Amino acid sequence: MTSALSIRDMVVIYDEFTALDHVSFDIGAGESFGIVGESGSGKSTLLRAVSGLASFDQGTLTVNGHSYSGRKRDKEFYRTVQMVFQDPYGSLHPRQTVDRLLLEPLLIHGFTDIETRINRALDEVGLGSGFRFRYSHQLSGGQRQRIAIARALILEPKILLLDEPTSALDASIQAEILNLLEQARRDRNLTFVMVSHDLGVISHMCERLAVMKNGKVVETVPRKALENREFSADYTRQLLVASEGFRRG
Amino acid sequence: MTMSGKPLLTVEDLRVTFPTRTGDVQAVRGVSFALGRERLGIVGESGSGKSQTGRAIMGLTPGHAKISARKLAFGDRDLLRMRASERRHLRGKKVAMILQDPKYSLNPVMTIGRQIVETLKTHERISTSAAKARALAMLEAVQINDPERVFSLYPHEVSGGMGQRAMIAMMLVCGPELLIADEPTSALDVTVQLEVLDILDRLVADRGMGLIFISHDLRLVSSFCDRVIVMYAGRIVEELPAANLADAQHPYTRGLLNCLPTIGSDRHPLPVLDRKPEWAL
Ligand SMILES: Nc1ncnc2c1ncn2[C@@H]1O[C@H](COP(=O)(O)OP(=O)(O)O)[C@@H](O)[C@H]1O
Ligand SMILES: Nc1ncnc2c1ncn2[C@@H]1O[C@H](COP(=O)(O)OP(=O)(O)O)[C@@H](O)[C@H]1O
Ligand SMILES: [Mg+2]
Ligand SMILES: [Mg+2]
Repeated sequence: MTSALSIRDMVVIYDEFTALDHVSFDIGAGESFGIVGESGSGKSTLLRAVSGLASFDQGTLTVNGHSYSGRKRDKEFYRTVQMVFQDPYGSLHPRQTVDRLLLEPLLIHGFTDIETRINRALDEVGLGSGFRFRYSHQLSGGQRQRIAIARALILEPKILLLDEPTSALDASIQAEILNLLEQARRDRNLTFVMVSHDLGVISHMCERLAVMKNGKVVETVPRKALENREFSADYTRQLLVASEGFRRG
Repeated sequence: MTMSGKPLLTVEDLRVTFPTRTGDVQAVRGVSFALGRERLGIVGESGSGKSQTGRAIMGLTPGHAKISARKLAFGDRDLLRMRASERRHLRGKKVAMILQDPKYSLNPVMTIGRQIVETLKTHERISTSAAKARALAMLEAVQINDPERVFSLYPHEVSGGMGQRAMIAMMLVCGPELLIADEPTSALDVTVQLEVLDILDRLVADRGMGLIFISHDLRLVSSFCDRVIVMYAGRIVEELPAANLADAQHPYTRGLLNCLPTIGSDRHPLPVLDRKPEWAL
């Protein structure tokens, strides 16, 4: 398997605090890789360090054969890697139209067939061109997340970094967004790195997953291991038991 | 139902309406139920009117909203006609509410211990030293290991799970008969969530309180409660014993249950809700 993304001994330190402590994994082209862990375990730090939103202090990052360090990323990187955040309220400017939000990345990367791309992107995320001149504050949470996905896909990236993309949404809207992401992945042969605190979501979406705690990877297991309970870390078991809901003791 | 067969709480045709610039928003549209010393769950998606139902019972509906009911009674006491001072006394003493985020209910500039002591002194004639002893015992009851230390901490100095326990301690210290918990653990990590629910469960059982547990999480609610009410667009669309969740009839309830991805079930694509306009009639 050729790796799309390779992370070796990545370390992120904030002041004295080690938020990411020698994290390593290889993600194959076309793979969907999940990261689970409780809040503060370093999941967002990891995606931010990969995407260049935050810098990493040690280790190596290789994407499609190119190496990157610190937080410098070239245009080529953003053509390959795009990110979708949990909070579509924070990541989309509320006073901008959908058109403007989708136009921006196209202009930065010098695309010319703008009309076609914007309309196609809106169709792909199930909104249609009727949404093009709405403001993002006029959209529901689910619609905003569709726009965030459209904006990520419009540059035809190979890899999507997804940071809790459905955690702020109602369960029924979550199902729609997960289906949309799976469809896009199939159509475009995308590689996913998806972060969630929800084991159900990760096991639905990902073939393999890493369990994180205190900035470290506790273990990396295939999806099947959750079902068959073939994992070794006690912490993974704790997360699994907790995900099954309340039991009167 | 209580031993005497009289409900602890009676809600009949409760309505809460917000006047806005673009017209009235009917947040709660004719909700009715009776509660005994039992655990009742209220579930539904965001905006379905769960919190406004809880707030109306507490008497915490925003001032500009219109509230009406054929009957809203705590035991025999008419909540809508009672004096504001009486309502205030009831709140905290007999009826208490826990919110999702302790940040909004704990006073940031007062230590946790002092807040619990003040709550007691507001509602009971009690000496400071007796109140302190009760506060410490209550912190212990929510399984805080070193109550003395936590007593003197400020809310921002404790973790989310600890803050929520402190909140539960403060709400239960006067021994309320009815507790409304509005998404009490939704802001917590899964493992901490179960610890807090476990504490809540034991306190509710030991003290024989009535509990209204509000949550968007249908599975969680049904694993915790005896009976579940499902709300959609301000109305109750279905009510069922928690154990019979699998037999839910309303397509909304069934849809909510089905759309969750779970370990071991391989459903691609996930079933989605096909909302029908008649659900909101
Ligand atoms: N900019 C920052 N400065 C200092 N500490 C940070 C910063 N960003 C995150 N952290 C800390 O790093 C840890 C990991 O955070 P994060 O990656 O956001 O966790 P997760 O996404 O798993 O919830 C947390 O303890 C958090 O407080
Ligand atoms: N202050 C307010 N002004 C106008 N509408 C409100 C206000 N507060 C709540 N609402 C409306 O009431 C409805 C029910 O809200 P709420 O009870 O908070 O829902 P839930 O707790 O089920 O998410 C929502 O549609 C919301 O928009
Ligand atoms: Mg995060
Ligand atoms: Mg609510």
